[in-house]
Amino acid sequence: MSRSRKLTSGVKQSLPHDSAHKHVSGEALYIDDIPEPPGTLFAAFGMSEKAHAEITGINLSKAKAAPGVVAVAAAEDIPGDNNCAPVFGDDPIFAEALVEYVGQSIFAVAAETVEQARRAARLGRVTFKERKPVVTIDEAMAAKSFILPPYTMQRGQSSRALSRAKHRIQGRVEIGGQDQFYLEGHIALAVPQEDGDMVIYSSSQNPSEVQHLVAHALGLSSNAVTVEVRRMGGGFGGKETQPALYACIAAVLARKTGRPVKARVDRDDDMIMTGKRHEFVTTWDVGFDDRGRIEGIEFDLAARCGMSADLSLAICDRAMFHSDNAYYLSNVTIVSHRCKTNTVSNTAFRGFGGPQGMVGIERVMDEIAFTLGLDPLDVRRANLYGGKGRNITPYHMTVEDNVLPELFDELEKTSRYRKRRREIESWNRTSPVLKRGISLTPVKFGISFTTTFLNQAGALVHVYNDGSVHLNHGGTEMGPGLFVKVAQIVAEEFQIDVDRVKITATNTGKVPNTSATAASSGTDMNGMAAKNGARTIRDRMAAFAADMGGCRKAEVVWGYDAIRAGKKRFTFAELTKAAYLGRVQLSAAGFYATPKIHYDRDKATGRPFYYFAYGASVSEVMIDTLTGEYKVLRTDILHDVGESINPAMDIGQIEGGFLQGMGWLTMEELWWDKAGNLKTHAPSTYKIPAASDWPEKFDVRIFERGRNKEATIHRSKAVGEPPLMLAISVFSAIGDALAGACGHQISPDLNAPATPEEVLLTLEDMRARLSAGAGLAEAAE
Amino acid sequence: MTSVRFVFGGKVVALDGIDPNMTVLSWLRTKVNKIGTKEGCAEGDCGACTVVLGELTQESGRERIRYRAVNACILFVAALDGKQLIVVEDLRQADGALHPVQQAMVDLHGSQCGFCTPGFVMSLFAMYRSEGQPDRARVNDVIAGNLCRCTGYRPIVDAAMAAYDGGRADQFSRRERQTVELLKSIARTETETLALEGAGRRYFAPVTEDALADLVKAHPEATLVAGGTDVGIWVTKHHQDLETVIHVGGVRDMDFVREVDGSMEIGAATTYTDAVHAIAGQYPDFGELIRRIGSVQIRNAGTIGGNVANGSPIGDSMPGLIALGATLVLRLGKQKRVLPLDQFYPGYRQTALKPGEYLSAIRVPLSQPGRHFHTYKISKRFDQDISAVCGAYCLDIAGGQVTRARVAYGGMAATPARAPQCEGALTGLAWTEDAVPVAMRALAQDFAPMDDMRATARYRLAVAQNLLQRLYLDIEGGAPTVLAPEASGQGMGA
Repeated sequence: MSRSRKLTSGVKQSLPHDSAHKHVSGEALYIDDIPEPPGTLFAAFGMSEKAHAEITGINLSKAKAAPGVVAVAAAEDIPGDNNCAPVFGDDPIFAEALVEYVGQSIFAVAAETVEQARRAARLGRVTFKERKPVVTIDEAMAAKSFILPPYTMQRGQSSRALSRAKHRIQGRVEIGGQDQFYLEGHIALAVPQEDGDMVIYSSSQNPSEVQHLVAHALGLSSNAVTVEVRRMGGGFGGKETQPALYACIAAVLARKTGRPVKARVDRDDDMIMTGKRHEFVTTWDVGFDDRGRIEGIEFDLAARCGMSADLSLAICDRAMFHSDNAYYLSNVTIVSHRCKTNTVSNTAFRGFGGPQGMVGIERVMDEIAFTLGLDPLDVRRANLYGGKGRNITPYHMTVEDNVLPELFDELEKTSRYRKRRREIESWNRTSPVLKRGISLTPVKFGISFTTTFLNQAGALVHVYNDGSVHLNHGGTEMGPGLFVKVAQIVAEEFQIDVDRVKITATNTGKVPNTSATAASSGTDMNGMAAKNGARTIRDRMAAFAADMGGCRKAEVVWGYDAIRAGKKRFTFAELTKAAYLGRVQLSAAGFYATPKIHYDRDKATGRPFYYFAYGASVSEVMIDTLTGEYKVLRTDILHDVGESINPAMDIGQIEGGFLQGMGWLTMEELWWDKAGNLKTHAPSTYKIPAASDWPEKFDVRIFERGRNKEATIHRSKAVGEPPLMLAISVFSAIGDALAGACGHQISPDLNAPATPEEVLLTLEDMRARLSAGAGLAEAAE
Repeated sequence: MTSVRFVFGGKVVALDGIDPNMTVLSWLRTKVNKIGTKEGCAEGDCGACTVVLGELTQESGRERIRYRAVNACILFVAALDGKQLIVVEDLRQADGALHPVQQAMVDLHGSQCGFCTPGFVMSLFAMYRSEGQPDRARVNDVIAGNLCRCTGYRPIVDAAMAAYDGGRADQFSRRERQTVELLKSIARTETETLALEGAGRRYFAPVTEDALADLVKAHPEATLVAGGTDVGIWVTKHHQDLETVIHVGGVRDMDFVREVDGSMEIGAATTYTDAVHAIAGQYPDFGELIRRIGSVQIRNAGTIGGNVANGSPIGDSMPGLIALGATLVLRLGKQKRVLPLDQFYPGYRQTALKPGEYLSAIRVPLSQPGRHFHTYKISKRFDQDISAVCGAYCLDIAGGQVTRARVAYGGMAATPARAPQCEGALTGLAWTEDAVPVAMRALAQDFAPMDDMRATARYRLAVAQNLLQRLYLDIEGGAPTVLAPEASGQGMGA
């Protein structure tokens, strides 16, 4: 049998997702699919019906007496800390004296079946003394209701530059939130062990955090709790901090009953109880020259954080870090307000504040263009980061790896942007009802956790004496193919086929103190840690082979399943076996800490990011001026992933991120009533994109010349979050179509999400402004 | 008959004493450990629970099996009676190889987190077994009821089309004869009403309308279920106990579309899927609207009769039916009466049905020359969404004049309702562009819509009025819309 002499399942190969065959056959196990241990109970939650109220009484006697109920638990049943917050200790597992949002957990029930538990939970009686809720950002700003102090980034002198600028405009955009809408809702299974220990299966991007919070809730040290997750049915940031609540409740009930407890919420409760993307209200004051080049700018970013801090500090910071997006801002002040509201505490969602920051500056680009009568693309080009003198960010980091000028050139050409813009303009003149718009927008996204210490990862690699490999690392698989990419890296390192590398569930007992799989860093960090672990073993094996072959270690030739040392030749399995018999350690932990990064938050200066990921997209839309309905006709994407470890997986991230971003900016609308009740809490009312929302025509490409300037894993770039922001081109194109509908005489105050309603009412307002303006002009004559 | 019998895993399964409120999803996951089928929303909106039902049908004189995708989360187990249930675990071939739709999903990277994947596979499998090579638009429609949050759908659509590359034979086509025999062995005769008791609840599934009429009269308190696409949610979301359920969906002589006295009569047990072609043949716009009601899964289970009888203010069938002047055949015991649909809703979620009475059929006047019918649905998402506003218009125009106008809206009031001021303003008016503002002003007198999560009152009224402009353009030669710009000659150029 002839066989390939070269490894074909290492890096830079489009291998399928490691679980693809199990996904399609229904064999991939999610936590609700794991066979339940005998005696497993099911939890359900008693939640606040008030957005802001003192609890005056809790009566659980009816719930306790309901059929099948084995235990109920409230705050006093927590043996340790009543807290499941990631940073600031301000998220109680069960509310005690005060509820601060509708959906806040107050008690829980454990019963023999899911249905019994859910019915019993409805029988708990909680009485409240209501307080006035703060629901919106405007209400919070008026009431000076903040969860964290404001924060400012500054470079140059923005107010002086503004007063001297030839042109100066102000504006405001409201940017809606977004539910993560992972298809698998929150779930945890707690299984009691001897010594009071607990094993938790949690659908979590952050098993270490779940471990620590469960331990503290139970009054144990972290070594008594083990958390495992094989895969999640989607995370998108929604499972970075939020899983801890469910894990803690399952653990508290498991401790109380001595039986395994599964806590799974249904879709509605999941959406009501858990945090989402932060809403923002962004205002700006910008001064610019005749070419549209920004001379001074001030941004004011107000974010709805909800009732607790959660990750809002870092999220609001990241919004500020991306308020420049791809543009050099010579004199800039960015102020961020972190509003406390009586709504669910907002949390991580793909992009982590970055998208909201970018929407602000991209709107500014469009407004400048409309003001000057320029093509928005020319204004964007004029403002892109450049060489020396135009390469410092508002947080004083030097941009060293900018590829956007090249990327713009290529995309402008392949998408035929200029020609299409001309066509659209003439088409719009002859089309009374339908109007088209087009926009090209860039993405520059900073890669690294801005909380520097989180930029560390670990892995554990075993080589068994038959030559098979067991791979474990701190990253979690929520969908994008992290596991297969890391396995490819290890296969590459050992020069063996990837199917000899067993991918295993993330487990806090194997790799400790891990950071969340977040900030797009999963492959960068865990891939490097795994590579380091594998390299340690390979070095030991090579040294052993050198001894056997009577050569120096450096002379060992390590090829695809063929290792040559002097006259000796081994397959990988043969060398493994020999090394084992030679008492060589065939197991190693790998570790990685991202180099070069630092950030002084007090001074708002530093290098918070190891590098930047870049991309750009062109979208063309058509709107119906009678109804506000619209359709994306075509999208062209060019995205830089460095040297891709797995192009198929990376394309998946680019396309999926784009559509998810498009959902955020177009149809996904979170709607609260005045009392703070979320009324869009299921797919019947909260609409994520469906298949027909994908653009009619599309061209998605990886930037061929991409190569990470920094020494990342195989010179690749992170790809999880950046593509989401490619969808800003859709939002901007809708704005362009609206401007086109008004003869480009006036710019649209379009807010996100741009639902058909938002589009139509924006158009009505534009037309009213136009006719008022015309009236004024007539009066002046 | 007191047990539910269906074909599952190549065998007949008979269940005695099953709780009539148990869903297929719950049964699969908790009773028989088939965990490939997932719960994503428990309300029939995400498709993660999609399974396929095989049903006996006649095709050119031969007994065949018709495969249709449905949502297991809101389908009661009892409704499986007489059918074949196919779940994702059944798709691997005898030698363990993946089914062509599964293999295409793997090859083209159609899964990421994988949680929605079994549902997609089942929707695609139903298509694969039922029809030939689809195009992109057809696939989009087939999977409109399956939500994926990871991929952006592009690779799934590619996989759906590529699955046909190797032909359409699979183990289901090869075993079709055996399955037909199994299904015949459990088909109930006309006199065999299924009568279940389980968990203290009762369930009746008659085969004939006469049996149904007797049952409904005898149990006026019973919940009537056709497709169960709304009633299922009462159980899964609202934790209601339905003590007595009468299943209308299996009544054979209420499953029809036929012409009677200048009307199209649609049996109340006819699914959207089975009715849509006949309706589209009379009124193309109505057909397109029905294509946008729910999803394939919902339309395979749900019925227009259920939509009408349920009485929701935002049901999408009713504005069109009201505008067309549809009438309802209501039956109580052996007594039948006919009521215009626009008199059927006395108030929010109320109907004119008397105790023991039920909706038997819907009669829709046939199209006629000079009669113009259009209906439009406005929602946040184009496919599988609930209307913010649904408008329907039926205008008779003769000699350039509107001689008769019926205008109805959903989403504008507590019930689907006519717009009498607008109708009055249009009637007798010359049909020119000047008629539009007149009708728009009159419409503002008809409704005082409300703000809710689907739309504000301001938008509802504005768009309801603007739809009259679209109506004018449509009647005068095809109004362009963003979804069909090509049809009107306004292509996208690029």
